Amino acid sequence: MSSIDDLFQNLKANGQKAFMPFITAGDPDLGFSAEILKGLDATGCHMVELGIPYSDPIADGPVIQASYTRALNGGTKLKNIFAMCDSVAAEIKMPIVTMVSYAIIFRMGVDEYLQQAKAVGVAGAIVPDMPVDESAEFAAKCKAHDFSLIQLITPTTPRERAIEIAQQTTGFIYYVSIAGITGERTELPADLVDNLKWLRTQTDLPICVGFGISSPEHAEVLKPVCDGMIVGSAIVRRIAKAATEGASPEEVLADVSGFASTMLNAING
Amino acid sequence: MPKFLSQPSPDASLPDDKGRFGEFGGRFVPETLVAALDQLEAEYLQAQQDPNFQQELDVLLRDFVGRPSPLYFAKRLTEKVGGAQIWFKREDVNHTGAHKINSTLGQALLTMRMGKKRVIAETGAGQHGVATATACAHFGLPCVVYMGEEDVRRQQPNVQSMLMLGAEICPVTTGSRTLRDAVNQAMRDWMSSVSDTHYILGSVVGPHPFPLIVRDFQAVIGRETIQQSQERFDRLPDAVVACVGGGSNAAGMFFPFVAETDVPLIGVEAGGENDSRGRHASSLTFGKPGVLHGSFSYVLQDEDGQTEDVHSASAGLDYPGVGPEHSHWKSTGRVEYRSCRDDEALATFDLVARTEGILPALESSHAIAKGMEVAKERGKDEIVVVCLSGRGDKDAAEIQRLRDEANG
Repeated sequence: MSSIDDLFQNLKANGQKAFMPFITAGDPDLGFSAEILKGLDATGCHMVELGIPYSDPIADGPVIQASYTRALNGGTKLKNIFAMCDSVAAEIKMPIVTMVSYAIIFRMGVDEYLQQAKAVGVAGAIVPDMPVDESAEFAAKCKAHDFSLIQLITPTTPRERAIEIAQQTTGFIYYVSIAGITGERTELPADLVDNLKWLRTQTDLPICVGFGISSPEHAEVLKPVCDGMIVGSAIVRRIAKAATEGASPEEVLADVSGFASTMLNAING
Repeated sequence: MPKFLSQPSPDASLPDDKGRFGEFGGRFVPETLVAALDQLEAEYLQAQQDPNFQQELDVLLRDFVGRPSPLYFAKRLTEKVGGAQIWFKREDVNHTGAHKINSTLGQALLTMRMGKKRVIAETGAGQHGVATATACAHFGLPCVVYMGEEDVRRQQPNVQSMLMLGAEICPVTTGSRTLRDAVNQAMRDWMSSVSDTHYILGSVVGPHPFPLIVRDFQAVIGRETIQQSQERFDRLPDAVVACVGGGSNAAGMFFPFVAETDVPLIGVEAGGENDSRGRHASSLTFGKPGVLHGSFSYVLQDEDGQTEDVHSASAGLDYPGVGPEHSHWKSTGRVEYRSCRDDEALATFDLVARTEGILPALESSHAIAKGMEVAKERGKDEIVVVCLSGRGDKDAAEIQRLRDEANG
């Protein structure tokens, strides 16, 4: 049982859903990321998705791309990201899941990545450029390390394939709301709720929804049909004000925490 | 059928059903794109078996592109070098001036077979962008081309051609503002448009089945070269040379020769200014296996897996990765890869212009430079074929700028 499995068991027992913000590690620097993590945890967020900045993110829209570029331009390195995770591990309750390109995992070495991530308390990984067809070896090693490998299902995934992906997933299923890249949307796709209802009948794993989710209204619509929600660009856009508008860490933290509280209220209030 | 056409290639069955050339290749893409790649693979395999598809493509290649392209003896260049005979496979005389059209017409036909209504493409030097815009204009398909802002600047003639052909150009302002970022942006477009759009990828890179499809459409270069060699020399050449950025002209030239193990194959990468990080684009010479743009292949990355900046005077070779089949050929030793510096390519451009009356593309000038090196190592009765992948008119302004810069 990983800490993610424990979390969803507890949430289920209390009739609650997970709220999972995304932040980019090192935007604008790792000290700031550590403060944001503590702030989100204090607000009551259940998990956090920690984006490992990558030079060529294909699935990301302009907001997250720009945050990766800022982090990399600031000299953010993987070893320093792990050190930052280690430094906050004792102070936060919420599990950390890394969103990381397979380019980065492969370069470090699969075993080395898993060992280092586990050692600093990281609970799992989402690898957006490693579809299930390429994941067998990595998935087996994740299992051996009790490290959750969260796989993605999208609106373009045929249903038989979705079932196969669900069988290969640990921790929770990441359901991508739209065929597209990350970024805030005003409207959710019309068939999203039906797709989630169908998926619910196919698996016992928790299902979390991400991509495009950015408002309490979205949360209201989705909470009856999923186990959690992931919000990225709406958080990263607020953090970006530190770099782009010279906002102080306190201002950014207040803004991000306020938004997280609003979402938490909409989800579980 | 001559002996060398009947032997099965040991590598002809590659890629395998996972899209792997040995350990290289595969499909490292977001789940959103997997269904479209499956659809493309299925459609392509069907088209391969469809005589009507092959015939339609053959007629286009003959009447629209002007194939077969000539195999040309570079007599004065040969005399100047003083070694083996140097012959050019003249992809530069194709319609649109490069080999890229071989693949864009095939992929445009696939687009229509799949019932897709819109085409996107990336381009570096602009040759693939022009070839895609041309194929789309020919068939009446709307076309959007992603091009790095830096490449828009240094390849203006091609930008103007694309606009006149009715394509929309999207300058890419992220990252290094070159080919690699254009690929990223095209992939992102495709993430959102995949249901009605085909991505005409320009090289033998990217996720399976692109390296397979682009190689097969370009293999007409090598097949013709084999046939022309047989007609002219009654034998195969003694060496074959092609430049490698992503590697599509080289893959198309080499693939039919792979089984002919007596014929040395030499791929030429962009050596840029020098061997230090960021100053060249020689992924096979200086890189390591890793993941970029959906495929496992040699790549120039730092120790964290971040793609490194690359440099080449030629926009078409300015790419930090390479097609997975080239990585396989490197690891099996079937192809030898060399690296050619900017200054050597520029000097070769001048030499070929004045001795042969041909302006070769800067990309192709890299291949010719190393072809001359290979010819020098060999006797006068031997034959070295160089793939002259494109014409150099597009580079004239940039070459003049580099000269002015060098002269202060």
